[in-house]
Amino acid sequence: MAMDWSVFCKDTLTGEVMPGCFGSGQDITYLNWLFSAWGWTVAVSLTALVVALVAGSVVGVIRTLPDRPGLVRLGNAWVELFRNIPLLVQIFLWYFVVPALIPPMKDFPPFILVVLALGLFTSARIAEQVRAGIQALPKGQRYAGMALGLTTPQYYRYVLLPMAYRIIIPPLTSESMNIFKNSAVAFAVSIPELTQYALQVGEETARPIEVYIAVTILYAVSALIINRIFAWIEKRARVPGFVAAGTGAGGH
Amino acid sequence: MLNLDFSIFTWSLVQNFIVKGFIFSLTLTAIATLGGVFFGTLLALMRLSGQKWLDLPAAFYVNAMRSVPLVMVILWFFLLVPLIIGQPIGAEYSAVITFIAFEAAYFSEIMRAGIQSIPRGQVFAGQALGMTYGQNMKLVILPQAFRNMLPVLLTQTIILFQDTSLVYAIGAYDLLKGFETAGKNFGRPIEMYLLAAVVYFIISFSLSSVVKRIHRKIAIIR
Repeated sequence: MAMDWSVFCKDTLTGEVMPGCFGSGQDITYLNWLFSAWGWTVAVSLTALVVALVAGSVVGVIRTLPDRPGLVRLGNAWVELFRNIPLLVQIFLWYFVVPALIPPMKDFPPFILVVLALGLFTSARIAEQVRAGIQALPKGQRYAGMALGLTTPQYYRYVLLPMAYRIIIPPLTSESMNIFKNSAVAFAVSIPELTQYALQVGEETARPIEVYIAVTILYAVSALIINRIFAWIEKRARVPGFVAAGTGAGGH
Repeated sequence: MLNLDFSIFTWSLVQNFIVKGFIFSLTLTAIATLGGVFFGTLLALMRLSGQKWLDLPAAFYVNAMRSVPLVMVILWFFLLVPLIIGQPIGAEYSAVITFIAFEAAYFSEIMRAGIQSIPRGQVFAGQALGMTYGQNMKLVILPQAFRNMLPVLLTQTIILFQDTSLVYAIGAYDLLKGFETAGKNFGRPIEMYLLAAVVYFIISFSLSSVVKRIHRKIAIIR
Protein backbone atom coordinates (compact mmCIF):
# COMPACT_ATOMS: atom_id res chain seq x y z
CA MET A 1 0.00 0.00 0.00
CA ALA A 2 1.46 3.30 -1.07
CA MET A 3 1.49 6.06 1.46
CA ASP A 4 0.72 9.61 0.53
CA TRP A 5 2.00 12.01 3.13
CA SER A 6 1.03 15.09 1.15
CA VAL A 7 -2.39 14.65 2.72
CA PHE A 8 -1.19 16.73 5.68
CA CYS A 9 -0.31 19.65 3.42
CA LYS A 10 -3.82 19.84 2.02
CA ASP A 11 -6.14 22.71 2.77
CA THR A 12 -8.99 21.43 4.95
CA LEU A 13 -11.64 23.12 2.79
CA THR A 14 -10.41 23.04 -0.80
CA GLY A 15 -8.26 19.89 -0.49
CA GLU A 16 -5.46 21.59 -2.42
CA VAL A 17 -1.86 20.99 -1.42
CA MET A 18 -0.55 24.20 0.16
CA PRO A 19 3.04 25.29 -0.42
CA GLY A 20 5.01 25.03 2.82
CA CYS A 21 2.41 22.73 4.33
CA PHE A 22 1.07 25.33 6.76
CA GLY A 23 -1.93 27.44 5.95
CA SER A 24 -2.31 31.07 6.85
CA GLY A 25 -5.15 32.88 8.58
CA GLN A 26 -8.46 31.15 8.09
CA ASP A 27 -7.05 28.66 5.59
CA ILE A 28 -5.62 25.82 7.60
CA THR A 29 -4.06 22.56 6.46
CA TYR A 30 -4.52 19.16 8.05
CA LEU A 31 -1.08 19.66 9.57
CA ASN A 32 -2.26 22.84 11.33
CA TRP A 33 -5.26 20.93 12.54
CA LEU A 34 -3.09 18.02 13.73
CA PHE A 35 -1.06 20.34 15.94
CA SER A 36 -4.17 21.99 17.28
CA ALA A 37 -5.52 18.51 18.15
CA TRP A 38 -2.25 17.70 19.89
CA GLY A 39 -2.64 20.95 21.80
CA TRP A 40 -6.09 19.83 22.99
CA THR A 41 -4.72 16.46 24.08
CA VAL A 42 -1.92 18.15 26.00
CA ALA A 43 -4.28 20.71 27.53
CA VAL A 44 -6.83 18.11 28.65
CA SER A 45 -4.12 15.80 30.00
CA LEU A 46 -2.09 18.39 31.89
CA THR A 47 -5.12 20.09 33.45
CA ALA A 48 -6.53 16.71 34.43
CA LEU A 49 -3.13 15.79 35.87
CA VAL A 50 -3.25 18.86 38.12
CA VAL A 51 -6.78 17.97 39.27
CA ALA A 52 -5.71 14.36 39.84
CA LEU A 53 -2.59 15.30 41.80
CA VAL A 54 -4.45 17.73 44.07
CA ALA A 55 -7.51 15.54 44.68
CA GLY A 56 -5.44 12.35 44.83
CA SER A 57 -3.04 13.82 47.38
CA VAL A 58 -5.83 15.05 49.63
CA VAL A 59 -7.70 11.74 49.48
CA GLY A 60 -4.50 9.74 49.86
CA VAL A 61 -3.48 11.72 52.93
CA ILE A 62 -6.82 11.52 54.71
CA ARG A 63 -6.80 7.75 54.24
CA THR A 64 -3.68 7.58 56.41
CA LEU A 65 -4.83 9.95 59.18
CA PRO A 66 -4.70 8.42 62.65
CA ASP A 67 -7.87 8.51 64.80
CA ARG A 68 -10.10 9.71 61.96
CA PRO A 69 -12.04 6.60 60.95
CA GLY A 70 -14.79 8.67 59.31
CA LEU A 71 -12.39 10.49 56.99
CA VAL A 72 -10.51 7.27 56.25
CA ARG A 73 -13.77 5.60 55.22
CA LEU A 74 -14.68 8.60 53.06
CA GLY A 75 -11.32 8.38 51.33
CA ASN A 76 -11.70 4.65 50.76
CA ALA A 77 -15.19 5.18 49.33
CA TRP A 78 -13.82 7.85 46.97
CA VAL A 79 -11.20 5.46 45.63
CA GLU A 80 -13.66 2.60 45.16
CA LEU A 81 -16.20 4.86 43.46
CA PHE A 82 -13.84 6.30 40.87
CA ARG A 83 -11.91 3.09 40.32
CA ASN A 84 -14.81 0.76 39.63
CA ILE A 85 -16.61 2.66 36.87
CA PRO A 86 -15.09 2.64 33.36
CA LEU A 87 -13.60 5.98 32.33
CA LEU A 88 -15.86 6.25 29.29
CA VAL A 89 -18.95 5.83 31.50
CA GLN A 90 -17.56 8.44 33.90
CA ILE A 91 -17.11 10.85 31.01
CA PHE A 92 -20.73 10.32 29.99
CA LEU A 93 -21.78 10.85 33.63
CA TRP A 94 -19.96 14.19 33.79
CA TYR A 95 -21.09 15.24 30.36
CA PHE A 96 -24.77 14.27 30.43
CA VAL A 97 -25.81 13.34 33.97
CA VAL A 98 -24.04 15.77 36.30
CA PRO A 99 -25.18 18.96 34.46
CA ALA A 100 -28.74 17.61 34.50
CA LEU A 101 -28.60 16.98 38.23
CA ILE A 102 -26.74 20.19 39.13
CA PRO A 103 -28.26 22.96 36.97
CA PRO A 104 -25.47 25.56 37.46
CA MET A 105 -23.09 23.14 35.75
CA LYS A 106 -25.11 23.33 32.53
CA ASP A 107 -23.02 26.26 31.34
CA PHE A 108 -19.70 24.51 31.95
CA PRO A 109 -17.72 24.05 28.72
CA PRO A 110 -17.15 20.41 27.69
CA PHE A 111 -13.43 20.89 28.29
CA ILE A 112 -13.98 21.45 32.03
CA LEU A 113 -16.33 18.46 32.30
CA VAL A 114 -13.87 16.14 30.57
CA VAL A 115 -11.01 17.43 32.70
CA LEU A 116 -13.05 16.76 35.84
CA ALA A 117 -13.91 13.25 34.63
CA LEU A 118 -10.35 12.34 33.69
CA GLY A 119 -8.85 14.13 36.71
CA LEU A 120 -11.09 12.54 39.33
CA PHE A 121 -10.82 9.10 37.67
CA THR A 122 -7.04 9.36 37.96
CA SER A 123 -7.22 10.89 41.45
CA ALA A 124 -8.41 7.50 42.78
CA ARG A 125 -5.27 5.85 41.47
CA ILE A 126 -3.01 8.62 42.74
CA ALA A 127 -4.72 8.51 46.13
CA GLU A 128 -3.87 4.81 46.27
CA GLN A 129 -0.23 5.57 45.48
CA VAL A 130 0.02 8.43 47.98
CA ARG A 131 -1.44 6.20 50.69
CA ALA A 132 0.99 3.40 49.81
CA GLY A 133 3.88 5.88 49.80
CA ILE A 134 3.02 7.20 53.26
CA GLN A 135 2.49 3.70 54.64
CA ALA A 136 5.79 2.53 53.15
CA LEU A 137 7.61 4.88 55.53
CA PRO A 138 8.74 3.41 58.86
CA LYS A 139 6.20 4.12 61.62
CA GLY A 140 9.01 5.67 63.63
CA GLN A 141 9.03 8.69 61.30
CA ARG A 142 5.48 9.57 62.29
CA TYR A 143 6.21 8.98 65.98
CA ALA A 144 9.37 11.05 65.77
CA GLY A 145 7.34 13.91 64.35
CA MET A 146 4.78 13.55 67.12
CA ALA A 147 7.48 13.32 69.77
CA LEU A 148 8.97 16.59 68.55
CA GLY A 149 5.62 18.21 69.29
CA LEU A 150 4.66 18.79 65.66
CA THR A 151 0.96 19.04 64.92
CA THR A 152 -0.57 16.53 62.50
CA PRO A 153 -0.43 18.93 59.49
CA GLN A 154 3.12 19.84 60.47
CA TYR A 155 4.51 16.31 60.59
CA TYR A 156 2.77 15.46 57.35
CA ARG A 157 4.20 18.56 55.71
CA TYR A 158 7.74 18.33 57.07
CA VAL A 159 8.29 14.63 57.81
CA LEU A 160 6.04 12.22 55.93
CA LEU A 161 5.08 13.81 52.63
CA PRO A 162 8.54 14.90 51.43
CA MET A 163 9.72 11.29 51.62
CA ALA A 164 6.44 9.71 50.50
CA TYR A 165 6.33 11.75 47.28
CA ARG A 166 9.90 10.79 46.46
CA ILE A 167 9.03 7.12 46.91
CA ILE A 168 6.05 7.29 44.58
CA ILE A 169 7.66 9.17 41.70
CA PRO A 170 7.93 5.98 39.55
CA PRO A 171 4.23 5.05 39.80
CA LEU A 172 3.29 8.72 39.43
CA THR A 173 5.30 8.76 36.22
CA SER A 174 3.37 5.87 34.74
CA GLU A 175 0.09 7.37 35.93
CA SER A 176 0.95 10.65 34.21
CA MET A 177 1.70 8.75 31.03
CA ASN A 178 -1.60 6.91 31.47
CA ILE A 179 -3.45 10.21 31.70
CA PHE A 180 -2.23 11.12 28.20
CA LYS A 181 -3.38 7.76 26.88
CA ASN A 182 -6.69 7.96 28.74
CA SER A 183 -7.37 11.45 27.38
CA ALA A 184 -8.11 9.67 24.09
CA VAL A 185 -11.47 8.70 25.56
CA ALA A 186 -12.49 12.38 25.34
CA PHE A 187 -13.24 11.76 21.65
CA ALA A 188 -16.57 10.30 22.81
CA VAL A 189 -17.86 13.77 23.73
CA SER A 190 -16.33 15.44 20.67
CA ILE A 191 -13.40 17.22 22.25
CA PRO A 192 -11.23 18.04 19.19
CA GLU A 193 -8.23 16.09 20.47
CA LEU A 194 -5.99 13.60 18.68
CA THR A 195 -8.30 10.58 18.60
CA GLN A 196 -11.22 12.71 17.44
CA TYR A 197 -8.87 14.09 14.79
CA ALA A 198 -7.89 10.57 13.74
CA LEU A 199 -11.53 9.56 13.35
CA GLN A 200 -12.66 12.69 11.57
CA VAL A 201 -9.68 13.41 9.32
CA GLY A 202 -9.12 9.72 8.58
CA GLU A 203 -12.58 9.63 7.09
CA GLU A 204 -12.51 13.07 5.48
CA THR A 205 -9.25 12.50 3.61
CA ALA A 206 -9.74 8.76 2.97
CA ARG A 207 -6.13 8.43 4.14
CA PRO A 208 -6.68 6.83 7.56
CA ILE A 209 -3.36 4.98 7.73
CA GLU A 210 -1.21 8.10 7.35
CA VAL A 211 -3.44 9.97 9.79
CA TYR A 212 -3.38 7.16 12.38
CA ILE A 213 0.40 6.87 12.10
CA ALA A 214 0.82 10.59 12.77
CA VAL A 215 -1.56 10.49 15.73
CA THR A 216 0.02 7.35 17.19
CA ILE A 217 3.48 8.92 16.96
CA LEU A 218 2.28 12.08 18.71
CA TYR A 219 0.83 9.98 21.56
CA ALA A 220 4.11 8.10 21.91
CA VAL A 221 6.08 11.36 21.82
CA SER A 222 3.85 12.89 24.50
CA ALA A 223 4.34 9.87 26.74
CA LEU A 224 8.09 10.02 26.20
CA ILE A 225 8.29 13.73 27.06
CA ILE A 226 6.31 13.17 30.29
CA ASN A 227 8.58 10.25 31.12
CA ARG A 228 11.72 12.40 30.68
CA ILE A 229 10.28 15.26 32.74
CA PHE A 230 9.55 12.93 35.64
CA ALA A 231 12.97 11.29 35.33
CA TRP A 232 14.47 14.77 35.62
CA ILE A 233 12.31 15.59 38.66
CA GLU A 234 13.28 12.29 40.26
CA LYS A 235 16.95 13.05 39.76
CA ARG A 236 16.64 16.61 41.08
CA ALA A 237 14.65 15.53 44.14
CA ARG A 238 16.84 12.59 45.10
CA VAL A 239 17.99 12.53 48.71
CA PRO A 240 21.56 11.22 48.90
CA GLY A 241 21.78 7.89 50.68
CA PHE A 242 18.06 7.21 50.50
CA VAL A 243 17.13 4.38 48.18
CA ALA A 244 13.51 4.79 47.18
CA ALA A 245 11.49 1.60 47.07
CA GLY A 246 8.83 2.00 44.43
CA THR A 247 5.31 0.68 44.76
CA GLY A 248 3.77 -1.20 41.88
CA ALA A 249 1.12 0.30 39.67
CA GLY A 250 -1.12 -1.51 37.25
CA GLY A 251 -3.74 -0.43 34.80
CA HIS A 252 -3.70 1.14 31.42
CA MET B 1 -33.32 19.06 40.91
CA LEU B 2 -34.35 17.10 37.91
CA ASN B 3 -36.99 14.42 38.03
CA LEU B 4 -35.44 11.09 37.34
CA ASP B 5 -37.80 8.51 35.95
CA PHE B 6 -36.68 4.92 36.05
CA SER B 7 -40.09 3.50 35.15
CA ILE B 8 -38.91 2.60 31.65
CA PHE B 9 -36.35 0.27 33.17
CA THR B 10 -38.38 -2.91 32.97
CA TRP B 11 -37.58 -6.56 32.44
CA SER B 12 -38.53 -6.35 28.79
CA LEU B 13 -36.11 -3.44 28.28
CA VAL B 14 -33.38 -5.51 29.89
CA GLN B 15 -34.20 -8.41 27.61
CA ASN B 16 -34.39 -6.31 24.48
CA PHE B 17 -31.39 -4.04 24.96
CA ILE B 18 -29.13 -4.98 27.84
CA VAL B 19 -28.74 -8.77 27.80
CA LYS B 20 -27.20 -8.89 24.32
CA GLY B 21 -24.65 -6.22 25.19
CA PHE B 22 -23.90 -7.71 28.58
CA ILE B 23 -23.22 -11.13 27.06
CA PHE B 24 -20.88 -9.53 24.52
CA SER B 25 -18.97 -7.62 27.23
CA LEU B 26 -18.56 -10.79 29.31
CA THR B 27 -17.58 -12.92 26.30
CA LEU B 28 -15.07 -10.32 25.17
CA THR B 29 -13.60 -10.18 28.69
CA ALA B 30 -13.36 -13.97 28.91
CA ILE B 31 -11.86 -14.54 25.45
CA ALA B 32 -9.44 -11.63 25.82
CA THR B 33 -8.32 -12.91 29.24
CA LEU B 34 -7.72 -16.47 28.02
CA GLY B 35 -6.13 -15.37 24.74
CA GLY B 36 -4.19 -12.60 26.46
CA VAL B 37 -2.81 -14.95 29.11
CA PHE B 38 -1.84 -17.50 26.45
CA PHE B 39 -0.05 -15.07 24.14
CA GLY B 40 1.18 -13.07 27.12
CA THR B 41 2.92 -16.17 28.50
CA LEU B 42 4.54 -16.76 25.11
CA LEU B 43 5.72 -13.14 25.01
CA ALA B 44 7.03 -13.39 28.59
CA LEU B 45 8.95 -16.59 27.81
CA MET B 46 10.38 -14.92 24.70
CA ARG B 47 11.56 -11.98 26.77
CA LEU B 48 13.07 -14.22 29.45
CA SER B 49 14.67 -16.62 26.97
CA GLY B 50 17.97 -14.76 26.90
CA GLN B 51 17.95 -15.01 23.09
CA LYS B 52 18.20 -11.58 21.49
CA TRP B 53 16.22 -12.54 18.37
CA LEU B 54 13.30 -13.61 20.58
CA ASP B 55 13.64 -10.95 23.27
CA LEU B 56 13.88 -7.85 21.05
CA PRO B 57 10.76 -8.35 18.89
CA ALA B 58 8.72 -9.31 21.98
CA ALA B 59 9.97 -6.24 23.86
CA PHE B 60 9.19 -4.01 20.89
CA TYR B 61 5.67 -5.41 20.60
CA VAL B 62 4.93 -5.05 24.31
CA ASN B 63 6.29 -1.50 24.52
CA ALA B 64 4.50 -0.40 21.36
CA MET B 65 1.16 -1.68 22.65
CA ARG B 66 1.71 -0.09 26.03
CA SER B 67 2.56 3.35 24.67
CA VAL B 68 -0.57 3.76 22.53
CA PRO B 69 -4.05 4.50 23.90
CA LEU B 70 -6.35 1.49 23.75
CA VAL B 71 -8.87 3.50 21.73
CA MET B 72 -6.26 4.05 19.03
CA VAL B 73 -5.35 0.35 19.05
CA ILE B 74 -9.03 -0.49 18.61
CA LEU B 75 -9.24 1.92 15.66
CA TRP B 76 -6.01 0.57 14.14
CA PHE B 77 -7.21 -3.02 14.20
CA PHE B 78 -10.62 -2.09 12.86
CA LEU B 79 -8.79 -0.45 9.95
CA LEU B 80 -6.04 -3.00 9.37
CA VAL B 81 -7.61 -6.42 10.02
CA PRO B 82 -9.94 -6.21 6.99
CA LEU B 83 -6.99 -5.13 4.83
CA ILE B 84 -4.92 -8.08 6.02
CA ILE B 85 -7.55 -10.79 5.74
CA GLY B 86 -9.01 -9.22 2.60
CA GLN B 87 -12.64 -9.05 3.65
CA PRO B 88 -14.76 -6.80 5.84
CA ILE B 89 -15.08 -7.82 9.45
CA GLY B 90 -17.72 -6.91 12.03
CA ALA B 91 -16.94 -4.53 14.87
CA GLU B 92 -17.48 -7.34 17.39
CA TYR B 93 -14.94 -9.70 15.81
CA SER B 94 -12.49 -6.87 15.35
CA ALA B 95 -12.87 -6.03 19.06
CA VAL B 96 -12.10 -9.62 20.09
CA ILE B 97 -8.90 -9.71 18.01
CA THR B 98 -7.85 -6.28 19.28
CA PHE B 99 -8.34 -7.10 22.93
CA ILE B 100 -6.43 -10.39 22.71
CA ALA B 101 -3.51 -8.63 21.01
CA PHE B 102 -3.59 -5.65 23.36
CA GLU B 103 -4.04 -7.55 26.60
CA ALA B 104 -1.28 -10.02 25.67
CA ALA B 105 1.16 -7.14 26.08
CA TYR B 106 -0.12 -6.30 29.58
CA PHE B 107 -0.44 -9.92 30.70
CA SER B 108 3.10 -10.66 29.49
CA GLU B 109 4.44 -7.96 31.82
CA ILE B 110 2.52 -9.52 34.71
CA MET B 111 3.85 -12.98 33.83
CA ARG B 112 7.38 -11.68 33.53
CA ALA B 113 7.21 -9.94 36.90
CA GLY B 114 5.70 -13.10 38.43
CA ILE B 115 8.43 -15.37 37.10
CA GLN B 116 11.14 -12.90 38.08
CA SER B 117 9.71 -12.66 41.60
CA ILE B 118 10.95 -16.20 42.26
CA PRO B 119 14.35 -16.06 43.99
CA ARG B 120 17.27 -17.33 41.88
CA GLY B 121 18.03 -19.85 44.61
CA GLN B 122 14.86 -21.74 43.72
CA VAL B 123 16.02 -22.11 40.12
CA PHE B 124 19.46 -23.27 41.25
CA ALA B 125 17.92 -25.69 43.75
CA GLY B 126 15.86 -27.25 40.97
CA GLN B 127 18.91 -27.53 38.75
CA ALA B 128 20.95 -29.04 41.60
CA LEU B 129 18.28 -31.71 41.99
CA GLY B 130 18.88 -32.65 38.36
CA MET B 131 15.63 -31.27 36.98
CA THR B 132 15.33 -30.39 33.31
CA TYR B 133 14.31 -26.85 32.25
CA GLY B 134 10.73 -28.05 31.71
CA GLN B 135 10.52 -29.85 35.05
CA ASN B 136 12.03 -26.91 36.86
CA MET B 137 9.50 -24.51 35.26
CA LYS B 138 6.53 -26.80 35.84
CA LEU B 139 7.27 -28.08 39.33
CA VAL B 140 9.21 -25.29 41.00
CA ILE B 141 8.94 -21.89 39.34
CA LEU B 142 5.52 -21.60 37.70
CA PRO B 143 3.45 -22.84 40.68
CA GLN B 144 5.01 -20.18 42.89
CA ALA B 145 5.01 -17.53 40.17
CA PHE B 146 1.34 -18.16 39.48
CA ARG B 147 0.51 -17.78 43.16
CA ASN B 148 2.38 -14.50 43.30
CA MET B 149 0.76 -13.04 40.22
CA LEU B 150 -2.79 -14.32 40.57
CA PRO B 151 -4.14 -11.20 42.34
CA VAL B 152 -2.56 -8.88 39.76
CA LEU B 153 -3.86 -11.11 36.98
CA LEU B 154 -7.40 -10.92 38.34
CA THR B 155 -7.15 -7.17 38.87
CA GLN B 156 -6.06 -6.81 35.26
CA THR B 157 -9.12 -8.82 34.24
CA ILE B 158 -11.36 -6.37 36.09
CA ILE B 159 -9.63 -3.46 34.34
CA LEU B 160 -10.09 -5.37 31.09
CA PHE B 161 -13.81 -5.71 31.78
CA GLN B 162 -14.04 -1.94 32.28
CA ASP B 163 -11.97 -1.30 29.16
CA THR B 164 -14.32 -3.34 26.99
CA SER B 165 -16.60 -0.27 27.10
CA LEU B 166 -14.12 1.39 24.71
CA VAL B 167 -15.42 -0.69 21.80
CA TYR B 168 -17.81 2.27 21.67
CA ALA B 169 -15.24 3.78 19.29
CA ILE B 170 -16.08 1.27 16.55
CA GLY B 171 -19.75 0.92 17.42
CA ALA B 172 -19.72 -2.65 18.72
CA TYR B 173 -22.80 -3.53 20.78
CA ASP B 174 -21.59 -4.01 24.36
CA LEU B 175 -23.12 -3.41 27.79
CA LEU B 176 -22.67 0.37 27.62
CA LYS B 177 -24.05 0.52 24.09
CA GLY B 178 -27.08 -1.46 25.29
CA PHE B 179 -27.87 1.14 27.95
CA GLU B 180 -27.18 3.98 25.55
CA THR B 181 -29.46 2.56 22.84
CA ALA B 182 -32.22 1.97 25.36
CA GLY B 183 -31.82 5.51 26.68
CA LYS B 184 -32.02 7.01 23.21
CA ASN B 185 -35.01 4.90 22.17
CA PHE B 186 -37.02 5.82 25.24
CA GLY B 187 -35.79 9.41 25.54
CA ARG B 188 -34.27 8.79 28.97
CA PRO B 189 -30.49 8.85 28.32
CA ILE B 190 -29.60 10.33 31.72
CA GLU B 191 -31.27 7.55 33.68
CA MET B 192 -29.71 4.91 31.46
CA TYR B 193 -26.18 6.31 31.79
CA LEU B 194 -26.67 6.34 35.56
CA LEU B 195 -27.84 2.73 35.53
CA ALA B 196 -24.91 1.74 33.32
CA ALA B 197 -22.54 3.28 35.87
CA VAL B 198 -24.29 1.43 38.70
CA VAL B 199 -24.08 -1.92 36.88
CA TYR B 200 -20.39 -1.49 36.02
CA PHE B 201 -19.69 -0.40 39.59
CA ILE B 202 -21.47 -3.35 41.19
CA ILE B 203 -19.71 -5.87 38.97
CA SER B 204 -16.23 -4.35 39.29
CA PHE B 205 -16.56 -3.64 43.01
CA SER B 206 -17.73 -7.12 43.93
CA LEU B 207 -15.06 -8.72 41.77
CA SER B 208 -12.34 -6.61 43.35
CA SER B 209 -13.60 -7.53 46.83
CA VAL B 210 -13.25 -11.19 45.84
CA VAL B 211 -9.73 -10.50 44.55
CA LYS B 212 -8.81 -8.85 47.85
CA ARG B 213 -9.97 -11.93 49.74
CA ILE B 214 -8.03 -14.25 47.42
CA HIS B 215 -4.98 -12.05 47.85
CA ARG B 216 -5.08 -12.45 51.64
CA LYS B 217 -5.64 -16.19 51.39
CA ILE B 218 -3.07 -17.01 48.76
CA ALA B 219 -0.14 -14.86 49.88
CA ILE B 220 2.96 -16.98 50.35
CA ILE B 221 4.30 -16.68 53.85
CA ARG B 222 8.05 -16.35 53.65
